[in-house]
Amino acid sequence: MALTTSALGGLLQRHRNDPSRLVQILRDVQHTNGVVTPRDVTEVAQALGLPRARVEGVAGFYAFLSTEPRGQYRVLFSDNITDELLGSHALRDALCRAFDVHPGEVSRDGLVSVGTTSCTGLCDQGPALLVNGRAIGRLDPARIGVIAALIRGRTPLERWPAELFEVTDTIHRADLVLQSALAPGEALDAALARGAPAVLEELTKSNLRGRGGAGFSTAAKWSACRVAPGPERVVVCNADEGEPGTFKDRVLLRRHADLVLDGMTICALVVGAQQGFLYLRGEYLFLRDALEAALQARRDAGLLGRNVRGVKGFDFDIELHLGAGAYVCGEESALIESLEGKRGIPRNRPPYPVTHGYKQRPTVVNNVETLAAAALIAKHGAAWFTAKGTPASSGTKLHSVSGDVARPGLYELPWGTSIAELLDLCGAKSPQAVQVGGPSGVCLSGEGFKRRFGFEDVPTAGAFMVFDGTRSMVEVAENFARFFAHESCGFCTPCRVGTSLMHRAMRRIVDGRGTRRDLKELKQIAAVLKTASHCGLGHTAANPVLDTLEQFRPSYQRRIRSFDVLPSFDLDEALAPAREITGRDDPAAHFEEDVP
Amino acid sequence: MTGTFELDGRPVPFTPGQSILQAALDSGVFIPHLCFHPEFKPHGSCKVCMVKVNGRAAASCTTPAQDGQHVESNTAELNDTRRTLVQFLFTEGNHFCPSCEQSGRCTLQATAYALGMTNPQFNPLFPHRPVDASHPDILLDFNRCILCELCVRASSEVDGKHVFALSGRGIAKHLIVNAESGKLGDTDLSVSDKAAEVCPVGVILRKRRGFDVPIGERRYDVQPIDEVAPAKGGRP
Repeated sequence: MALTTSALGGLLQRHRNDPSRLVQILRDVQHTNGVVTPRDVTEVAQALGLPRARVEGVAGFYAFLSTEPRGQYRVLFSDNITDELLGSHALRDALCRAFDVHPGEVSRDGLVSVGTTSCTGLCDQGPALLVNGRAIGRLDPARIGVIAALIRGRTPLERWPAELFEVTDTIHRADLVLQSALAPGEALDAALARGAPAVLEELTKSNLRGRGGAGFSTAAKWSACRVAPGPERVVVCNADEGEPGTFKDRVLLRRHADLVLDGMTICALVVGAQQGFLYLRGEYLFLRDALEAALQARRDAGLLGRNVRGVKGFDFDIELHLGAGAYVCGEESALIESLEGKRGIPRNRPPYPVTHGYKQRPTVVNNVETLAAAALIAKHGAAWFTAKGTPASSGTKLHSVSGDVARPGLYELPWGTSIAELLDLCGAKSPQAVQVGGPSGVCLSGEGFKRRFGFEDVPTAGAFMVFDGTRSMVEVAENFARFFAHESCGFCTPCRVGTSLMHRAMRRIVDGRGTRRDLKELKQIAAVLKTASHCGLGHTAANPVLDTLEQFRPSYQRRIRSFDVLPSFDLDEALAPAREITGRDDPAAHFEEDVP
Repeated sequence: MTGTFELDGRPVPFTPGQSILQAALDSGVFIPHLCFHPEFKPHGSCKVCMVKVNGRAAASCTTPAQDGQHVESNTAELNDTRRTLVQFLFTEGNHFCPSCEQSGRCTLQATAYALGMTNPQFNPLFPHRPVDASHPDILLDFNRCILCELCVRASSEVDGKHVFALSGRGIAKHLIVNAESGKLGDTDLSVSDKAAEVCPVGVILRKRRGFDVPIGERRYDVQPIDEVAPAKGGRP
């Protein structure tokens, strides 16, 4: 059912009828109603003065917005490989059986729907799921039983036991960033004492590079924005931590939120920005209230708002924006589109966000960890920072460790540490391979463990997923291929079609229906993805398949048929609808394949 | 002030602000393309016009021409990539040329011929895309949509109507119309709109005009697209 006109009116008013808040508005409609109906779309469009089709296009883009009714309880299991390794598929199937529902469907009484979602950032305490947007980790059969009972009893989410929603921060190794104990505003005060030019100089000397993966010089970004023409500037904190296997920003925002907000405010001081956004991934909804409280406390303390810290003309405030389930919004120009209330499609570049960002204003987009490090550099100076790390990669890096290890959690290590050292620290027993930097990163095995973290050797955005000798790396690659097909924004042909074809081929291989021809086609698709894609998502989408093809070719060969051609579909599966209609399941209703 | 860049070894002049693709077409050189149309702002989604600029791959429709650029286009490697992209599009939709009203004047079909594509190669996805015949004058056959957004751009930029938009994402991305019912008949599209005539494939079709020109005598039946397009500045 659609929202009543008055309920919608109040909701829109809270967002000042601002079209650039469209994603936030649709999130609220979804939250209030469990669905965004065609009527809601029409009314929102009218109220905001937008073409209806544009609003529908936005509603159709984000995974957490649904234009078709879902269950009163919408359960989405995290589909990362680390969840899968911990048995998430069996748990999902158990919940499905409890309600006689298939994955992706709504139960007949409309009570529950069960599906999957991309990595929810709880890999150190998986398997995990989201129920109506709220995260629950450490799933096991007992917890699934509890959840099923709560759903069956139609218990409102607010009355579910709080322990279910508990998220823990496990820090095994802290260094420069995680050891920080600065008071809110302390780094900002240090920056104000130094003055903007001196802060920029320290930042340049520190050689700080972006922690989100690309490794672009932070000082260069800030400098370019500082000199870009335009009366208004914007600072964005990229907390859309979507790379599967990464959860460091979750911990940073919980334990060091003020350090990150100091970093944003220092950036505003340096570039001359008035407006700030913290773009928080929708999966981290549980961080929202604490972050809003931190922002309010800073306003009350004069750390945000007009004349920050009493400095005349230093006006800066920060607004929290929630994502709605789209990995591609971690790409800075797609994130800006989303902030403007649009589909998260990466822009054509140049121009870059530093000159033409949010509403065409010069905009700095920095990762959470980058901003925390920048704040610390403003406080302690460049020399303090460069004392750790390597000449090309100064300072430390946060690693989110998960998978087949004894001690999953966060490890902050100086750049230059070897893969083997971290494997040792986290208690990885006979590791077969490790995926560094998430699916878009690199798969390392054997000799690769001797390599070192660093922009000059193995760059990483922070994910470290370990697979022991019992795991099939072909299945790991299939999971990653599924992820990219699910998260492709669909803008450009190579990525939209290539990621889906790649996943289908991987699925065939995993199912034992792959052929030599599939291997050939995988390489062809990979080449097109790499050269022709519009953004980093497509450029890197083939990495897991190419890496594992190179390092684990025998595993592929064991699974493929030696022919060039096989039926591209499962003959027996094709009979399933007929079996369902006729209510038969006897041997004669199945297709026996002649295995050569 | 004008400049010159080098395209496959020959000099191509350009005027400031021109893209590599537009400058090439203006000087009579064909670079295959699908989502580009000289009357609209290029948006670089089909990637068929991919070239190498000083060794780096880039969509030629969104890359500004610059003096002294070294551009490669008609190479075996790039044509292989383009052919694969066109095969991707055939694989993604339901394209049955022999029964299509647009056969012979379809940019996708003509581009496939120009690139020497003989089959779609990949396993077709056979998406389920019902047609929309609700409008009195226009039929929508979504099966053939290549998501070039020309109708989206024409409707908003020229007609000022926003009749078309895109929804969904990834492989589920699809064309939608501006009506709560989802039906074209409930929009304000008029047969005289730019959006009604700009479709480069066979999605937006005028009713009661089928097979007005016999197959075999149509635009690309008589002259290949690599000759037609440069002569018309890239217009399909």
